[in-house]
Amino acid sequence: MTKLIKVSIDGLEVEVPDGTTILDAAKKAKKYIPTLCYHPDLKPTANCGLCVVEFENMDATKRACSTPAWEGMKVITNSNKLRKLRKSLLELILSNHDVACPTCDQNNKCELQDLANLFNVDDSIFPKILKKRPLDLDSFSIVRDSNKCISCGRCLIVCQEIQTVYALTEGGRGFDKVITTSFDKGMYDSPCVNCGQCTVYCPVGALREKNHKDFVWEALLDKSKYVVVQEAPAIRATLGEEFGMNPEEVTVGKMYAALHKLGFDRVFDTNFSADLTIMEEGTELITRIATGGTLPLITSCCPGWVSFMETYFPKRAENTSTCKSPQQMFGTLVKTYFAEKEKIDPANIVSVSIMPCTAKKFELARPEMKDSGYQDVDYVLTTREFIKMIKEAGIDFATLDEQKADNLMGAYTGAGTIFGATGGVMEAAIRTAYFVLVGKELDDLDIKAVRGMTGIKEATLTIPTKDFGEIKLNVVVAHGLSNARQVMEWVESGEKDYHFIEIMACPGGCVGGGGQPYGSSIADRARRGISLYKEDKDLPKRCSHQNPDVNKCYEDFLGKPNSEKAHKLLHTNYFERSKLNGEIIREITHKH
Amino acid sequence: MKYFRTHILISVDESTIRAGVKNFIASLRNHLDKYSLTDEIGILETGSIGFFGKGLCFVVYPENIIYANVTNEDLNEIVTEHFLKGRPVKRLIVEKPERTQYDFNYKKRIVLENSGIINPEDIEEYIGVGGYEAWEKALLEMKSDDIIEVVKESGLRGRGGAGFPTGLKWSFTAPIKAKQKLVVINADEGEPGTFKDRLIMEGDPHKLIEGIAIACYAVGATKAYIYIRGEYKLCIERLRKAIAQANEYGIIGKDIFGSKFCLEIDIKVGAGAYVCGEETALIESMEGNRGTPRSKPPFPGVKGAWQLPTVVNNVETIANIPSIIKNGADWYSAIGPYKSTGTKVYTVLGDVKMPGLTEVEMGTTLRTIINEYGGGMKDGKKFKAALVGGAAGVFLSDELINVNMDYESLKNYSAVLGSGAILVMNDDADIVDMLWSVIRFFRHESCGKCSPCTNGNELLFKLINDIRNGKGKEEDLNKLIQVSEVMVDTCFCALGQSLLMPIKSAIDNFKDDFLKRMN
Amino acid sequence: MYEKIFEKYSPKKDNLIYILHDIQDQHPQHYISEDAVSEVSEYLRIPFSHIYGVLTFYTMYSTKPRGKNVIRLCESPPCFLKGSENVLRKLKKTLDVKINQTTKDGLFTLELCACLGVCGNAPVMMINDDVYGNLNDEKIDKIINKIRGEK
Repeated sequence: MTKLIKVSIDGLEVEVPDGTTILDAAKKAKKYIPTLCYHPDLKPTANCGLCVVEFENMDATKRACSTPAWEGMKVITNSNKLRKLRKSLLELILSNHDVACPTCDQNNKCELQDLANLFNVDDSIFPKILKKRPLDLDSFSIVRDSNKCISCGRCLIVCQEIQTVYALTEGGRGFDKVITTSFDKGMYDSPCVNCGQCTVYCPVGALREKNHKDFVWEALLDKSKYVVVQEAPAIRATLGEEFGMNPEEVTVGKMYAALHKLGFDRVFDTNFSADLTIMEEGTELITRIATGGTLPLITSCCPGWVSFMETYFPKRAENTSTCKSPQQMFGTLVKTYFAEKEKIDPANIVSVSIMPCTAKKFELARPEMKDSGYQDVDYVLTTREFIKMIKEAGIDFATLDEQKADNLMGAYTGAGTIFGATGGVMEAAIRTAYFVLVGKELDDLDIKAVRGMTGIKEATLTIPTKDFGEIKLNVVVAHGLSNARQVMEWVESGEKDYHFIEIMACPGGCVGGGGQPYGSSIADRARRGISLYKEDKDLPKRCSHQNPDVNKCYEDFLGKPNSEKAHKLLHTNYFERSKLNGEIIREITHKH
Repeated sequence: MKYFRTHILISVDESTIRAGVKNFIASLRNHLDKYSLTDEIGILETGSIGFFGKGLCFVVYPENIIYANVTNEDLNEIVTEHFLKGRPVKRLIVEKPERTQYDFNYKKRIVLENSGIINPEDIEEYIGVGGYEAWEKALLEMKSDDIIEVVKESGLRGRGGAGFPTGLKWSFTAPIKAKQKLVVINADEGEPGTFKDRLIMEGDPHKLIEGIAIACYAVGATKAYIYIRGEYKLCIERLRKAIAQANEYGIIGKDIFGSKFCLEIDIKVGAGAYVCGEETALIESMEGNRGTPRSKPPFPGVKGAWQLPTVVNNVETIANIPSIIKNGADWYSAIGPYKSTGTKVYTVLGDVKMPGLTEVEMGTTLRTIINEYGGGMKDGKKFKAALVGGAAGVFLSDELINVNMDYESLKNYSAVLGSGAILVMNDDADIVDMLWSVIRFFRHESCGKCSPCTNGNELLFKLINDIRNGKGKEEDLNKLIQVSEVMVDTCFCALGQSLLMPIKSAIDNFKDDFLKRMN
Repeated sequence: MYEKIFEKYSPKKDNLIYILHDIQDQHPQHYISEDAVSEVSEYLRIPFSHIYGVLTFYTMYSTKPRGKNVIRLCESPPCFLKGSENVLRKLKKTLDVKINQTTKDGLFTLELCACLGVCGNAPVMMINDDVYGNLNDEKIDKIINKIRGEK
């Protein structure tokens, strides 16, 4: 057990485990120390210096975020000297910051803005030293604005250590140092997988999504267009916190109402195609097991993971499910199945999806995603963009009456909704696979072993199948790409033997996606996940094979799961990408 | 061993190699051969003899005559007149300052005792002057605790700039149990105006190796690295040779002197970054990363390179160790004042007659160093200021010319010994220009990790640049001080904390120079 | 293309600095290309972007092609006091380039650098691996003309 030490924070004695930082000790004493570069999810970079504290028994200042407390220390968290230092530091930062608050995407959500305001900072004290740099606009998903960057280093930790993508790096030195991509080529020419975690952690709006909001407004206001919308499961678990409601509440009815109000012609739900994905992917899994196909099977719902696999583990393409993601399955069906049913010219359909994700903006632009004969999905709005649209339209979200999704592609089960949390796809797949293999529903649909925020979750399931006797299924769930990398290394070295693997690029799964509100912490992500599991529990149908709209779609249009038509429309192929710039090197798997 | 009646000590260093010293030596040998003097007169290639700006130069010993600006054409005359007939060639002899650093009888030289005297590329010569005796004594007769005790008692403090007691530093690492411990020698000499470490490494590389060996044994390290800045090609070459020789002689390597102690020494190079002189940045660089500093704690002595306990010491510090072990703590602590024992190597530069290197007792006054070892002011100009301690030093005015140069005395004037660089300026120098140059240096060398240093340096440079261009206001002087004060309290490492001293001392001591630019 | 260099060093990250030095020294234009970074990244199994970060941190490395002779003029205080500004002016004029530019004939690149540790001979510059000290206009002409003659 770790030794406890006694420390004094502004005269208040607290006991903390040895190795606790001064900042955490101060939190324990309920003392506030201002921070800027620090984020509780990330190891401290200690770059900004704002958290410096003084000591009663020592003439020195130290950073609270990165300095471990020691026995007998007497910390002073605030003093005239410290206030002056903090103010000056903010003034220095502002002299090298593009202070463009009114037009900034992160206005009102900006950590620098908050602090500058709290400290009454005068940004004219020092002359401006900002050296303007061009924006990086070429990526499908991410916009990088170095003029706002304060070099806190959070994005680097996220990109390099949590995601192990290594798209972002530091270039140059001193004042000329800039957080950039190799050879300053921009995100498009980097191995960026578009996960967007950098945008979530950026405190100042230097990293944000590529905006599709204006295009969507244009389509909505264009009478000749038929605008159809789908929303990912994570959205309903997030909106409440942004509109002053109980953050634990799932706001699906209000979400549909807001979308109708915004003028979408049809409001469907990605949860429908999540259930559809289970039918396709579950069938694929069972087929691979039954026919001795390539195992383990790895999920393919997450476009960040797919790019990561194509870049760093291209040999694992043969393991990756050929299923498209729910967003893309939905997009294809809107411009085929839906268009056919409703007799609408698919050329006039604008297919919009609302996602907690930035990688979805990249995914929709993949050249192979045109199986409907058109670009399957036209625009992706992140949660952040969607919230702004609601505000722009003057909708008072919290007081909206609940509505339902429209028919045909709007019904969903509990299995579909838990797609938004890590482990959800695994759990949904097991529910349906069990039913197919055993011939009856699972007694307890809650598969707790694959839930929760542990980075890598393993389980072995015993399934008494009707055709092959009892089989043992080794499954693993990884979220966050460093965990995904670890699992892939185990698979490649043969150290672990799995049958089925779920991977989500973002920590927490989609509820922690790169398009979620700025500053989303691990705690926020965990809470949203729990909300989805709660919704699942309360739904009358909790297994994908029970979804009436999905079953109707098979009956009327697709035939049966993994049918030729399903293959043509709902499955895809993979490419090998360059580790240097993400460029396609070759096609690895082919569509049959 | 042959006995020579005369030794010619030829400086082979960066600048003389440029001037063609290799070719010169070859032709000197030819001449000696021609007059059958090869058995009587020995040629020793030595490191720099601490004498600059004079082209090719050599010392003839025992006469202690220095020839400078010698070319191949002069050779015949020197050989026939001086060596054959015993008549020194007056026109080529250098006028000596009152007391010089190449006065070989000067007793107080410790780290430079062999520089300029022995051939640095020959281990035999180092052994011949008593080299590696201290290592043998340490390894075979002393316990590691005893060594640390001796070093503690000697009062030796780190010569890299911060002046941390060396023995104390070692005592943190020695008791730690680890699968491997490391000693890293900081030879990333980058402080402007400093090249003492270069000359130690070029002139007496084995002394450094002996010091490293003792340090490793004392703290229980079995692997040492010398981190040398990439520009110091000759040092790298000489140390490589020296390490190879020491391995060959069984002085380092496996089972040294039958003691079972093993030690491997390796060289790492830098690639141009002043901040790598900071020990944690140096470690990052050694590991193949950007040389940005790490959070302390954990201190390198506990968790350093590759997470192993790592003692980082400066070249000059370690070069003191063999003499301390050989002669004892009392001998060493008797040199220099209390709390600042031993000698210090200074580089005296700028507007002095004899820019160069000198090793003197701690506590010697600035005046003595400038006048006696630097030869006094050049061209009879008046002394105006000295930037003492490198770029991160202090601008001292003539009021402080009698200050004793040691850690404690300088502290009284908010000044530091730093790296031992003394940049002397005469009346013509403008302190605004000099400060501009100092700030420009730090702005260039700031690593960009922490925002107070990155933004602070840029802002300071903007302010001083405006002042220099006549666009400054008096309040800008306060801003310069204010920003550098904020930097002292908030910068991540010593680099950003360094600017207050030069800025404040320049403004306090030479305010007129600033005000002149404002009208 | 760089096998000879790789042979000298085991594939460990701490050899990166050495390898980059060797690659740059071997290139007639004294720089490290993207292709080279990519090969080093494969050999050492470290991310491309990590190497880019290291490469741009240290002033001795260049990511852009440079002249056959890289002039690095010291701009630190000791050389500044001894007239490095004049030397810079003279070099700019003689070579007809600005800082960090390469002459049209590809013979010289002019760069500024921090203290080279040869301050006894200030003002000082390095041309490739050689140090030149006590510089003045006359000496610069001589040095530059000599190198031009060697072409």
